[in-house]
Amino acid sequence: MASTLTKAEDRTAVAHAARIQHVSKSFGRPGAQQLVLDDISLDVAPGEFVTLLGASGCGKSTLLNLVAGLDAPTVGSIETPGGRPALMFQEHALFPWLTAGKNIELALRLRGVPKNDRRDEAERLLGLVRLTGAHGKRVHELSGGMRQRVALARALAQDSQLLLMDEPFAALDAITRDVLHDELTQLWHETGLSVLFVTHNVREAVRLAQRVVLLSSRPGRIAREWTVDIPQPRRIEDTAVAELSVEITEQLRGEIRRHGQH
Amino acid sequence: MASTETSTQSSTRRGGAGTAALSGLAGLEAGLDALETAVVTSTPRSEVLRRKVLPPVVAVALVLVVWQVLTWTQIVDPYKLPSPSAVWSEVVDAWLQGTLLDYIWTSLWRGVSGFLLALVIGTPLGLLVARVRFVRAAIGPILSGLQSLPSVAWVPPAVLWLGLNDSMMYTVILLGAVPSIANGLVAGVDQVPPLFLRAGRTLGATGARGTWHIVMPAALPGYLAGLKQGWAFSWRSLMAAEIIASSPELGIGLGQLLENGRTNSSMSMVFLAIFLILIVGIAIDLLVFSPLERRVLRSRGLLGRS
Repeated sequence: MASTLTKAEDRTAVAHAARIQHVSKSFGRPGAQQLVLDDISLDVAPGEFVTLLGASGCGKSTLLNLVAGLDAPTVGSIETPGGRPALMFQEHALFPWLTAGKNIELALRLRGVPKNDRRDEAERLLGLVRLTGAHGKRVHELSGGMRQRVALARALAQDSQLLLMDEPFAALDAITRDVLHDELTQLWHETGLSVLFVTHNVREAVRLAQRVVLLSSRPGRIAREWTVDIPQPRRIEDTAVAELSVEITEQLRGEIRRHGQH
Repeated sequence: MASTETSTQSSTRRGGAGTAALSGLAGLEAGLDALETAVVTSTPRSEVLRRKVLPPVVAVALVLVVWQVLTWTQIVDPYKLPSPSAVWSEVVDAWLQGTLLDYIWTSLWRGVSGFLLALVIGTPLGLLVARVRFVRAAIGPILSGLQSLPSVAWVPPAVLWLGLNDSMMYTVILLGAVPSIANGLVAGVDQVPPLFLRAGRTLGATGARGTWHIVMPAALPGYLAGLKQGWAFSWRSLMAAEIIASSPELGIGLGQLLENGRTNSSMSMVFLAIFLILIVGIAIDLLVFSPLERRVLRSRGLLGRS
């Protein structure tokens, strides 16, 4: 925790990368509204890695959309002092009419990077996700794991201090996912980014995060938080990861059982 | 023996929290990338010839044979069905008189410039209908309804409004082609996956920048389909206009050639005109739209065989 703060300080002076205060969100027409998120308050410190964990219907993706500014909360406020956060989806969401490199260059262009610098910067970002030489590749020519890495590089191209990830590895096979966990951990160390990572995979949450936040379902509320002090690099098979996962899974199952009772 | 070793290894690692995990990451990823990237094979030229070129050639040859047999056996009155050779000599005559290319050029020029004008009008119109809710509610249904109105219906009013001249021809082309181009773009925009729009918005592509960088390129396949149909409609409308409205100042296009064939009771001239209309229509599609469409789809990995 102490090391996180030092890293945070040399990146930025603000106290948090995201501050979510008493946020509620309802959908539907007035009168027939469904409450999806109920009074969520959560701070993400600069340089912190937080996973949001929950079963279906806990509104974790909704919360991420709110933080990304794609939707507005019904009640409460969300601050992201570092500017518009970068967002990565479960689907790679790369634009198929552009090459891998041009996808990244588009993000740079929209950020206002001058034309002459874009190519080099795109190459650097591709190098960061170990895809040097993939600049001219078409999206459909890349494997699932490579696409997600390009998507990660494109998210990094926004140069935001906060990276939001919406189950980015859920559609990948287990081997690729494991490798990308290592990759993400390493990148997070190198860049000092704050990450808010949504998943329904308990082990993934424990494998990656400094803090795991469990959401209950319908409506989504913060049920409990755990600080994960297992040193990185971790492996998903580590005993400590497994033990904490068991504990969190028990709690998660308890939350799910409540829904069967009424 | 092997299993004992594995368990010892993993138990030591449990304590050390995976120290060797990151050292081999680059090599691991390179291996995965190599394993998961599909090998692209191209089809040999002879295969392309056999699958794509041979079938239409056979079909055309078959039609010619049946036609020739029909005229030889005189099952059909030669006045109603001229022989292929009679039509061919009509072609040769027109060529020797130097009028063949004139016929084609007169119509092709009108068709292409009318189509380009329709493109310039139809594109912003389609974008407006697709993106502005009020405009869509107001004129969307009319625009798609106009597509089912045969453009030949516009010829009489256009003649009354503008007289027998080129502006009347262009008016008929525009009324035929603008709705299909606009509708194609609307359909293309409607089919843009919402994910692309969300991704675009997180990257900062909103408003006009979103339209230019995300919506337009994402809608390109539907837009191209609309353009293709727009060309077909331009060409059809023009032929209808040329057949109905002939005047000496307008020159002789393919439509007038067809009409002249009818008034002269020259079936071979009628056939010549029909073939030329067909050939120009097919040629534009084959030389312009199909390659364009294939290129766009292929670059996006949307074409089955490469």
